[in-house]
Amino acid sequence: MARLHEYQGKHHLEQGGILVPRGAAATTAQAAYAIAAEIERPVMVKAQVWVTGRAGIGAIRKAATPEEAALAAEALLGQRIKNLTVTEVLVEEQVQITREFYAGVIVDDRAQAPLVIFSSVGGTGIEEIAIAHPDKVASTHVDIERGLLDYQARDLVRRTGISGKLQSDLGELLVKLYQVARTYEARSAEINPLVLTAEGNLVAADCRITVDDYAVFRHPNLGIEIAREYDRPPTALEKIAYAIEAQDYRGTFYFIQMAEDFKHGEGYIGFHGAGGGGSMMSMDALLRQGFKVATFVDTSGNPPASKVYRAAKIVLAVGPIDGYFGSGSGVASQEQFYSARGLFKAFVEAQLDVPIVVRLGGNGEERAVEILEGLNGRIPAPVEGYKKDDSPDFCAQRLAALIDEKAEKRECGAAHRRAANGDVGSNPELLYTFASPTGTVTLNHALCATCASKVCIEACARRILSLNAEGLPVLNITPEEAKKGRCVECLGCEVDCLLHGAGGGRVDLPIEGLTNSQPQVKG
Amino acid sequence: MAILIDQSKRVLVQGITGREGMARAKLMTEYGTQVVAGVTPGRGGERVEGVPVYDTVLEAWEQVGPIDVSVLFIPAPLVRSAALEAMDAGVKLLVIVPDRVPIYDVLSIAARAKTAGARFIGPNTLGVLSPGKAVLGMMGGRASSAKSWFIPGPVGISSRSGGITSSMAYYLAREGIGATTLVHVGGDAVVGLPHPEVMLEFERDPETKAVVMFGEIGTSQEERVADLIEAGAFTKPLVAYIGGKAAKQGTRFSHAGAIVEGGRGTHEGKVERLREVGATVVESFMELPRATKEVLARVS
Repeated sequence: MARLHEYQGKHHLEQGGILVPRGAAATTAQAAYAIAAEIERPVMVKAQVWVTGRAGIGAIRKAATPEEAALAAEALLGQRIKNLTVTEVLVEEQVQITREFYAGVIVDDRAQAPLVIFSSVGGTGIEEIAIAHPDKVASTHVDIERGLLDYQARDLVRRTGISGKLQSDLGELLVKLYQVARTYEARSAEINPLVLTAEGNLVAADCRITVDDYAVFRHPNLGIEIAREYDRPPTALEKIAYAIEAQDYRGTFYFIQMAEDFKHGEGYIGFHGAGGGGSMMSMDALLRQGFKVATFVDTSGNPPASKVYRAAKIVLAVGPIDGYFGSGSGVASQEQFYSARGLFKAFVEAQLDVPIVVRLGGNGEERAVEILEGLNGRIPAPVEGYKKDDSPDFCAQRLAALIDEKAEKRECGAAHRRAANGDVGSNPELLYTFASPTGTVTLNHALCATCASKVCIEACARRILSLNAEGLPVLNITPEEAKKGRCVECLGCEVDCLLHGAGGGRVDLPIEGLTNSQPQVKG
Repeated sequence: MAILIDQSKRVLVQGITGREGMARAKLMTEYGTQVVAGVTPGRGGERVEGVPVYDTVLEAWEQVGPIDVSVLFIPAPLVRSAALEAMDAGVKLLVIVPDRVPIYDVLSIAARAKTAGARFIGPNTLGVLSPGKAVLGMMGGRASSAKSWFIPGPVGISSRSGGITSSMAYYLAREGIGATTLVHVGGDAVVGLPHPEVMLEFERDPETKAVVMFGEIGTSQEERVADLIEAGAFTKPLVAYIGGKAAKQGTRFSHAGAIVEGGRGTHEGKVERLREVGATVVESFMELPRATKEVLARVS
């Protein structure tokens, strides 16, 4: 889930009519000084990192003067807390606390409704308090269409033993909190502690809001870069992968980088799964062989071959892996040879030289395995393709065996290097080009003229290619239609052409942010 | 018998003219599902796989008569509106295939389902399949595969992972164990018909002799199945595998539901709770067929 920083959450609470301490975020000690000076009162300097219990680890500091605030900011900025580096601190006025409460909204999967929770005691250890003193905690489900009504909120507070004006004020605050949660489609929105100040105001002293990943597209104003929860900042490759996922809705592409700065020979495997459950199971099989996992990737839900290709390219950019392992649930509904083509293209371009084992069971598995095994001799690495009757454990054992064998690097002919070099090398007038939804298709008609099979016509998923009067493949729809999505980037005109034709087809699929010099092939 | 779907049910496909809608209308009709109509706004009058297309669900209902089930192949942001349309027209069972449906939209669909007396499977589901009878959604991908992979028999299958639904059914079939119905409940945190609801369906189905369940870390679905067993509301033997053992606390994988939150929904917790009430929980996925065979031998 997309988590907001405390200062971002407080901004939205404030917009929703809830009081928050005066303050602002700072990225430098000087800025912290300026903010403290403007507040003209003692401040708190709080590291903006997604960890709980910040006070206990010194990530929240008191400062009586702007000088102290600058020193505190200096100490906190750049500090590493768990896996996160502090890049921002929140500088805000200290509040005089007379009493602490807890207020929260979460989505309850059991009731299929939002749940509003209020506790008459708040602060650290709220979970334990809730268990030890159930009478101090009350909760109510919200009718999604009507919203949280004023009386429901007040009754919630009443049930914890609070009466009078405080009851009304707290009820009003809960309604506002629910509205903020609803507006920003929060999976959870918590104020803890919610404090009653010496002046009798209710102020959100801290907050934690996580927004539904799937709703982030409706809230561009939240400025969420990656709608996904990490226990560390996303890596450069994760950002690149996320951009692909966000821009191409066809099928799933999920990428997590599990390792950085590793070396060849340390047992790191590029893991590429399909389907959440099957991927986890396959990853377990890999771990049972004593391997470490460099990536967790899931391309499923019938993704186009182009998406699988981009996923593989990103996996290969992670570092010097000792092998590539692809395996999902094993009995996929999606046509697996599209995935095989995506992998094929990526491996050929990278001229990968570490063993590859891919289990592509399910529809089209025969064709998928044939394509994968067509890599043998075209790249230095040994490649084995498996089907639904082969278990993940067996496939992981095969990978281990291939790595142990240190299988001899194979010679691959110059003809096959052509695609890897990205050089179509021909008279530009003979290049027939059109745009696909996310790339460019080029048919080298000089080579096509020499092709006996014309396999591209049959291989094309949408049959949008036909032979013209000269017997050369051209679109049988308009280029606009192809770009709009009639071309599904099945990669048939490149991969099947390379396997069975003259090698005249090529699909360029740029990956923003990924340089072509990044593949990890060694020596 | 089967649960949720058989060849007697009259099925509508919303979004039938799209990439997935067209492909899966073909799967469903070829497998034996009675697909009576399709809907795509602005495309009324066309036909897909011989199925007439209408502009609205109400129009489809007026033209072809009552509709029991609607299968949605609609872009995620538009799912809420399409689901409400189907329920308002009187459809009582929805299968919501798309991934990435915003959670508050799902809550809104759930609220409407309660007042309309309707139910929904998904979102983010591969669908439901009763071997030899009918399929909803995209399970099996192609009719020829679905026919060869899945065989009728005494086991109910319920899974939180789509791919695993198919592979469980296939690996069981390979050992000669057939199924009454396969249900992919959906991969999201909030789904319309979670495991416990599916168990109650299987409880009522006389042909289902045992149930095989694929659970995952996150949510409380598996714990609630245990509650049902304890309460005597679900009495058939249950064989389960819980995925996600290797997932680190706080690390999330593809399924939005697969998240470990505050000790709830952990792998150990689920396994322990299910074993406590007498369910068979296997340690490795590939043990499922053997364990299921043993359980079936006991009940017959």
